[in-house]
Amino acid sequence: MVPLSWYILLGVVLFVIGAAGVLLRRNILVVLMSLELLLNSVNINFIAFGRIYNDFRGQIFAIFVIAITAAEVAVALGILVALVRNKSTLKVDDVTMMKG
Amino acid sequence: MDQGFFLLFATVSVITALTVVLARNPVHCALALMACFLQISAIFVLLEAPLLAVIQIFVYVGAIMVLFLFVIMMIDVREAKLQRFLPGGNLPALVMLVLLGIEMSVLVLWSDRFSVTVPVGGGDEIRQLSTTLFAGYLLPFEVASVILLVALVGAIVLARKEQG
Repeated sequence: MVPLSWYILLGVVLFVIGAAGVLLRRNILVVLMSLELLLNSVNINFIAFGRIYNDFRGQIFAIFVIAITAAEVAVALGILVALVRNKSTLKVDDVTMMKG
Repeated sequence: MDQGFFLLFATVSVITALTVVLARNPVHCALALMACFLQISAIFVLLEAPLLAVIQIFVYVGAIMVLFLFVIMMIDVREAKLQRFLPGGNLPALVMLVLLGIEMSVLVLWSDRFSVTVPVGGGDEIRQLSTTLFAGYLLPFEVASVILLVALVGAIVLARKEQG
């Protein structure tokens, strides 16, 4: 059987890759996709721990994470479409209109 | 047997996740992310969470990725496609990421509590899961539905064209 630490290590690797995408890429679309990657690695951890300790709360919280992610993506892509319509840029560094 | 399947799915998911970060064209990123989500849903099957695997495929691959591809097609990606990914572009963030990865790996490998193997569980798990979800977690469930409704309305308002 697969030990728990393998699942946690897979979560670590996916989390670091997603964080690298969020911090190092300058394209807003890729940043959003990397956010999805981060949330998925968290989901793997939730379900693995829930499986080990025979607790359903891991799966339930994974369901909530997926639902909130769907809401987040809908709002973020709406903001993105409005942004591209107004400023016609996709780079994170160019979006400074909320800077004081 | 299980370990072989896990290693296969984990390797493919890590490779596709790296493709998401490293690819230049956002369309390639979206397709690689779709492949990564499929591998993760296979890992959910290995973890005996079949309901979560189905939800993963429906919500992520079916809805979210189609939304991403739709937005990529709608806006112009030609200008964004040209910029390269520079690994040394943001050095403090890179150092912080390496430190984060090393720290988490060391903590996982150091501790004895993560070395347990998976116990055998009883059957009829989806019934128990849904009972727990709709009995003990009814209020968060309703809050999540309200949040989804708010996000729906907000996305429509944001993406609507300004009229006068």
